[in-house]
This record gives sequence, structure tokens and C-alpha cells, in this order.
Amino acid sequence: MSTSEEIARLARERRRWEETTLAESLARQPERPVRFATLSEAEVARLYTPEDLPGFDYLRDLGFPGEYPFTRGIHPTMYRGRLWTMRQFAGFGSAEDSNRRFHYLLAQGQTGLSVAFDMPTLMGYDSDHPRARGEVGREGVAVDTVLDMEILLRDLPLDRVTTSMTINAPANVLLAMYIVAAERAGYRWDQLGGTTQTDILKEFIAQKEWIVPPRPSMRLIQDMLVFGTRHLPRWNVLSISGYHMREAGATAVQELAFTLADGIAYVQAGIEAGLDVDAFAPRLSFFFDCHNDFFEEIAKFRAARRLWARIMRERFRARHPRSWWLRFHTQTAGVSLTAQQPLNNIVRVALQALAAVLGGTQSLHTNSMDETYALPTEEAVTVALRTQQIIAYESGVTHTVDPLGGSYYVEALTNRMEAEAEAYIRTIDEMGGMVRAVELGFPQREIAEASYRYQQQLERKERIIVGVNEFVVPEERPIPILRIDPEVERRQIERLRRVRAERDARRARAALDALARAAEGSGNTMEAVVECVRAHCTLGEICDVFRAVYGEYREPAII
Amino acid sequence: MAASTVRILIAKPGLDGHDRGAKVVARALRDAGYEVIYTGLHQTPEMIVNAAIQEDVDAIGLSILSGAHMTLLPRVVELLRERGADDIVVFAGGIIPEEDIPALRAAGIREVFLPGTSLQSIVQWVATHVRPRGVAA
Repeated sequence: MSTSEEIARLARERRRWEETTLAESLARQPERPVRFATLSEAEVARLYTPEDLPGFDYLRDLGFPGEYPFTRGIHPTMYRGRLWTMRQFAGFGSAEDSNRRFHYLLAQGQTGLSVAFDMPTLMGYDSDHPRARGEVGREGVAVDTVLDMEILLRDLPLDRVTTSMTINAPANVLLAMYIVAAERAGYRWDQLGGTTQTDILKEFIAQKEWIVPPRPSMRLIQDMLVFGTRHLPRWNVLSISGYHMREAGATAVQELAFTLADGIAYVQAGIEAGLDVDAFAPRLSFFFDCHNDFFEEIAKFRAARRLWARIMRERFRARHPRSWWLRFHTQTAGVSLTAQQPLNNIVRVALQALAAVLGGTQSLHTNSMDETYALPTEEAVTVALRTQQIIAYESGVTHTVDPLGGSYYVEALTNRMEAEAEAYIRTIDEMGGMVRAVELGFPQREIAEASYRYQQQLERKERIIVGVNEFVVPEERPIPILRIDPEVERRQIERLRRVRAERDARRARAALDALARAAEGSGNTMEAVVECVRAHCTLGEICDVFRAVYGEYREPAII
Repeated sequence: MAASTVRILIAKPGLDGHDRGAKVVARALRDAGYEVIYTGLHQTPEMIVNAAIQEDVDAIGLSILSGAHMTLLPRVVELLRERGADDIVVFAGGIIPEEDIPALRAAGIREVFLPGTSLQSIVQWVATHVRPRGVAA
């Protein structure tokens, strides 16, 4: 950015400023007695200047948007060409309830669908499993068979909207249900666009919805990657997610490092499955959290793009520029929302969404103000969507590409995030990669430490959360919340039992047996899962095959 | 009374994997001198009650964010009663609508901590309300 001569002159001038202007000011008005640090606990300087960017090279470190290393964005024109996809995560109760919410959101101008599944579905249990008791349709929609999926997708334009499905351990089953349901509605597989999250490593690290242990889980993902590369040209089979790590208490640096380390493990798995890296890497996408520390989050996204571009080009020798892209969806930080004074959450979400946009996100979910209580009501989700629309259409921040590029602070912070994340990635490499690190409990322990430290800082009021440990009011106006009718569970179980009773039992059994053979041997399990779905096997039955062949995962208890 | 003579089971009933709160509370109680046992995730009420009896604990802290609290929490108390261990103090925390609290209390959950509660106030509550079993309060 500057020559060494300019830097030397600047250093002299800075000393002069410190001794005169600053010293006089501090004598009159001392700084507030707080610790100035980012949420990742990096000390923040009073002032940033070119001195904080030693050796900074515009062309090498930033370059132009749409070109390596993509620090300023993956597209040359960014939001001037196309706004990000506004994708509110939704799903609750029955397939009928959720289908109605999807139609409503599309009518409000939402541009992509995002399905939340309930806990039993995420864990691969049918709605009538004893462990599903009380959980059916509570935190998302219950999907047991392809029939539920057909109802969920009814009358949605699947060739025009893309669908994101937040599903991990049984991602292969839900993807199979989606493509079979779409096929029955008259679509070809090559018309279907969307994303399954599928990222199981972050489940072991943070979100904790798993079925089988890490290594067989990776094998199932390999089979999906091969299947998707062959048959689903518009589907992103894998979205590598840091969001849940952050919600579990990771710092921004940990989120960045562990997510990219997971990405490295998946790229390796794809290559080991025999795929050419450039055949699948362009369709990998990422999912990040956007928390309260405005500049740190922007720096995180910029560092993520630069790091991933280098990893793909240098470590994996990908040749196609699209393989170097880090495309990402962002969700504002659910964990930052407070039950106290819930209207304040609208402001938090707006700031976080703005940071995501300034960081160059491709897709965004804004949380609703009532999400510390329950799934959002229609009014709350509408305000959350309007927040994105106000940023997009009223604020003017979309008019130019990477508007904070060149800010001394943002660039210094971007460099710092990159260096700290690289150090973590080196540690994980030395352990033998992320699968091994997870087995050893390394990322789990780092996150548990960070979340405990953070909680202690709140207790000591070293960090202020408005309405929680400062500016507290005794009485609050309750806001309306969405309640799930317990009837949903009963009706869902009824429908599931009807499917089991009415299907061709021999065909279902044969499909499950074929899946077991593929799982034990080397056949493609994803192809076998598609056949199970066609035969109306249930989610639980299919996942039971995996449990029987590979065993269930048990977590090493870490507190 | 030394806190270290009191044993507390921290448990995650149901299928949600959000264990941040459970772990933070477990550590805070441990730092305060209690013996803390953490069950790990995805526990059924039966598994929790078995662990509580086996470990001979004085209290159970249940952390739940999945919305299944009205089904799972009263079931824990009911099973304790069936096993003659209803002198184990049961408290809970997580995402629980305030309007559900009276029903949970009536079902035998002694205290419900909502989001934003400080660790200090949970530790204080435990110090006041949990005694070694079999010792007169």
C-alpha cells in the first residue's frame, strides 16, 4: 500500500501526534476503562494506519473482485449484478403447515427455500420412535417418507426456486426423497437446484445430531459426492458449515479455521473417491454465522475467501477458477438474540445482516426477533425478511463492490484472522486431519473453553449485552409466539403407519437388503438409498441399516 | 456444609444437540465445588433417572431447548417418584416459554432458569435449595 519511505514518515508523524494531540486529549478526557477487543479476544488498537499493513500488496492480497484470491468478492460486480438470495429458514409442524409457510414466503418476495427438519428427522428416527416422543414437528417439519416430501413440495416451482435443506446425518435419505418427489411431480433431476448441508464433521464438533461414527459418515458423503457429480448438475451436495460451531460458543477465528479444516477433509474425501477435484469443488458451498462484532465478521468473510482460494489452488491443485471460489450462505447469530426486550433483536439482526452483506455473502437468513422463545411467527419472520430488503434496496451499500476494502482496520483484521485460522489449520493437519481431530475431541474442547470464557466475561460485565447484564428493565411486554399443536405428532404417526401398511412390503425389504449390501461392501449407498425411497421405506428404516452396519456414534463427554 | 459433598447430574433430555448451556452450567457448578456428572446428549427420561440413581445424586439439572419440555421434564419427576427417589431436587433451564412454568412447577420441577440467567444466580440457587439427601434441611 505504501513504500517504506512513506511508512517511515508516517511513523514519525504518528509519534508526533501521540505526543501532542493525543496526549493532550487523553489528559483532558481519559479513555473509557474497558478492554477494547474483538469477540475473538483480539486486542483492537486505538487507530489503524498503513503502518498496520506491513508488506501489504494490493494485487497479491486483494486483487480485483471476481479474480484470485477473491478477497473483494467472487463476482466482478457483486450486488450490482445480482442481490444475494434471501432465504429464510422455515419448517414446523406437518408437511402441510410448512408447505403453506413456503408459499407465503415466496409471495413476500423471498427468493429461495430453506427447510428446517424436526429433531427426530435430523437424527434419523421415524415419528413413532420412542425417542421422538414430544419432538415431532417442534423445531422443524417431520419427514418420514417420500409422501411427506411430496406434500412439503406441493405446487412449488422446483425448476425456478432453489431449495436448501438443513440436514446432515441422514442427508442422503432426504436428498433421495427430494429428487424422487420432484420426479413424481414431473421434473427432471437436472432441473433441480439446491443444497443439502450434509456436513457431518460440524455435527460431531458442534450441533450434535449424528447417527454413525465419523469414518463411515465420511464414506456416505463420498457416495453422495459421486452420485451428485454424476446425476445432479445443479445440486450442491455439501455445504460446509461453521454456523453451528459459533452458536456452540466458538470464536470467529475458531469458526473460520474449523470450517475450512472440515472443507479440506471433504475435498480429500472426494479425491479419494476417485473424483477430479475440479469436477466437484465448484459446487461446494459454505455456511457461516454473522455475530455482533461488526468489523470482525466482515474481516472473517474476506479472510475466508482468500484462505480457501489458496487452499484449493495450492494444496489441492484445482485448476478451474470456480473451484477456488468460497461461496457462502450466512445466518445472523441466533445465539446473540435475547429473550429480554425482544424488540432489540431486530436491531441486532439488522447490524449482523449488514456485516454479512459488506462481507460479500451470496445468501442470507435473518433471524426473527422471537427466536429465543420458539420458531418465528409470521409477523416476526416478515420483519426479518424486510430487514434484508431494506439493506438491499434502501441503504445504498449494494452500489459498490467491497466498500470496506482498503480500510486500514478491516485489512489489518482480515490479515490477522487469516493468520490465526492458518495456525489452527496447521495444528489440525499435524493431528492427521479433521476426522482425527474430531475423534480426539480437539475442536470440541476448544469451543467449550471459548464458550465458558465468554460466559464468565458476561458475569463480570466485561462484555455488555443490552437488556441482559446492563440496561435491564423489570417488566417486559410479552410477544406472541408460535405454538405447535400436539395433534401434529398424532397425525404424523398415523400417516407414517398408513404408508408402512399400504406399501409393497417385499419390495421395501429387498431395497433395504440391497442398501445393507452396499453399505457393507463398496457399492454406491446413495443409489441404494434412492431405491429404498422409491419403495416407500421410511427414514428410520433406512438409517437403521446404517446403524446396524456401522454402529451408533457415542460422544466422548467433554465439559 | 461443604458444596463438595453434594452431587449433581446435569442432563440433556431429548434430541436437541445444543449443549452449550448444559456444559457451561456444569463447569460453573464444578468450579463452585460441587461434584458434577454430565450425561452427554440425547437422553431419554429413563436414561436420566437411571443415571441419577446409579450415581446417587442429590439434584438433577435438565437443559432443554427443543420445545419437548412439557413431555420430557414431568416424565423425569414421575420416574423418580416411581423409583422412590423423589427427594432428588430437579431443576431445569433452556428455552421454555414463561407460560409453561406454572405447569412444570406443579409437575415437580423446582426451578426453571430462562435464557440470560447468570451462572452466579444458578450456583446460588443450588447452594440454597440442594442438600445432601437424607440430611435434614
